[in-house]
Amino acid sequence: MNVVRAAAAAAAVGIAVVLQVSVFPHLAWDGIVPDLCLLVVVGAALTRGAQFAVVLGFGAGVVLDLAPPADHVAGRWALALVLVGYVAGRVRQEARPSAGTVVATVAASSFVGTSVFALSGLLLDDPALGVPQLLEVIVVALLWDLLLTPLVLPAVMAVFRRLEPDRSLA
Amino acid sequence: MRSPDWRRDRRHDRLRATRERRWRTPGEGPQPSPALLVALVLACLTLMTLDQAGDGSPLDPARRAAGEVFGPVEVAADTAVRPFTEVSGWFRSRNSMQDDLIALQAENSRLKSDLATQGYNRNRLEEYDGLTAAARSLGYDLVPARVVGLGPSQSFSSTVTIDAGSDAGIHPDLTVVNNDGLVGRVLRVTRSTATVLLIVDADSVVGGRVGESMEVGFLHGRGVLGNDGRLDLELVDQTAVPAKHDAVVTWGSEAGGPYVSGVPVGRVTSVYSSLRESSQRAVIDPFVDFGTLDLVGVVVPSGTPSDRAVIESSGGLR
Repeated sequence: MNVVRAAAAAAAVGIAVVLQVSVFPHLAWDGIVPDLCLLVVVGAALTRGAQFAVVLGFGAGVVLDLAPPADHVAGRWALALVLVGYVAGRVRQEARPSAGTVVATVAASSFVGTSVFALSGLLLDDPALGVPQLLEVIVVALLWDLLLTPLVLPAVMAVFRRLEPDRSLA
Repeated sequence: MRSPDWRRDRRHDRLRATRERRWRTPGEGPQPSPALLVALVLACLTLMTLDQAGDGSPLDPARRAAGEVFGPVEVAADTAVRPFTEVSGWFRSRNSMQDDLIALQAENSRLKSDLATQGYNRNRLEEYDGLTAAARSLGYDLVPARVVGLGPSQSFSSTVTIDAGSDAGIHPDLTVVNNDGLVGRVLRVTRSTATVLLIVDADSVVGGRVGESMEVGFLHGRGVLGNDGRLDLELVDQTAVPAKHDAVVTWGSEAGGPYVSGVPVGRVTSVYSSLRESSQRAVIDPFVDFGTLDLVGVVVPSGTPSDRAVIESSGGLR
């Protein structure tokens, strides 16, 4: 079961990365696309808790950092998604989270994730960009993530819940 | 009288209490052990430190391996969605076509007037180009490629993946162009894909030359991809003032790498002088529309072996 779970998580992350890089740019607004990897990590956090989500966040972040055409300093998305896994895992409830809780968690996670990534860039001087530009990207990414939440999160959460039926019944 | 209501209230209170307790202690499931969290954060910091080291980062083999895995998948995903993305082009309304027609007519008349007034300058420019022995700028071939992946703006770097790699004769530090002008340069390659740094990236610096005055300078990207994607031109000669609508071409460097000379980059839209840096800065609107980038060509030395048809400098296919 553990192997199946890891394989499913890896597949979800891989699909998210490829969609984010190859398919969504056709719909992008100024090059800003939905953070599908972040949505997968939030889904995992809401169903399986923070312990699993921080590990998954690290893995997904490293893939985002290394898969082409990424060119920023590696480890930045990994750090951002580890923190997202932690934050989203804090609001996990035993019962199924209500739609409002899910949307609020996605909004908070998207803001935290993109902001941490942008701040790490400011610290490392990786892209020399101004704060207004960073804020614009953060806000648009947040709106994209909220738009995609009803389409992506139910499926992701169903997958992760099915992989561990004993806990979902509790 | 009080018994059923009272009992129901009690049950209700207990229910609410459990719900509130549940709400107060969220995430009763496995919380991450602090050691795990610290270990992961330290791992991220280690990755950043390793990768920040500059040229020849220890993570290059890992990037290459990820590219070998994800590159072909990105090519496949792009091939799968391409029919759908092109459908939107068939449903363009008559209005939008009329708008296009008007815009094109305006551009045509503007180009005609440009041609009439600037013929002399253009001839002189061609003479200079011939004189400065740009023999290297002759005899280049183009490897055609399609953009199959675009880095998200959330990553704040403007890079794309193209579906031609080392098998197609591509290696790092080659110039990438399209029909309109300069696109960028190749950063790294895998067997079947390559990563291209666009000239609008904040890290990109291109040697540029103002076509009218032959003044040289450096073009810095602003890191914005969309319609307001612009470049800043900083001229070496601080007394030179580029005029509005002047065209800027690449300056080129020794052995044609990373940028070959004479590729059109963009047009000057505004000029301002900065007292602090005692130099003239001009804002350049690139000819290439980076939001809808698709078919590009990679400039390779003629005779490069490739896995696909190569466009020769004479215009033929090989």
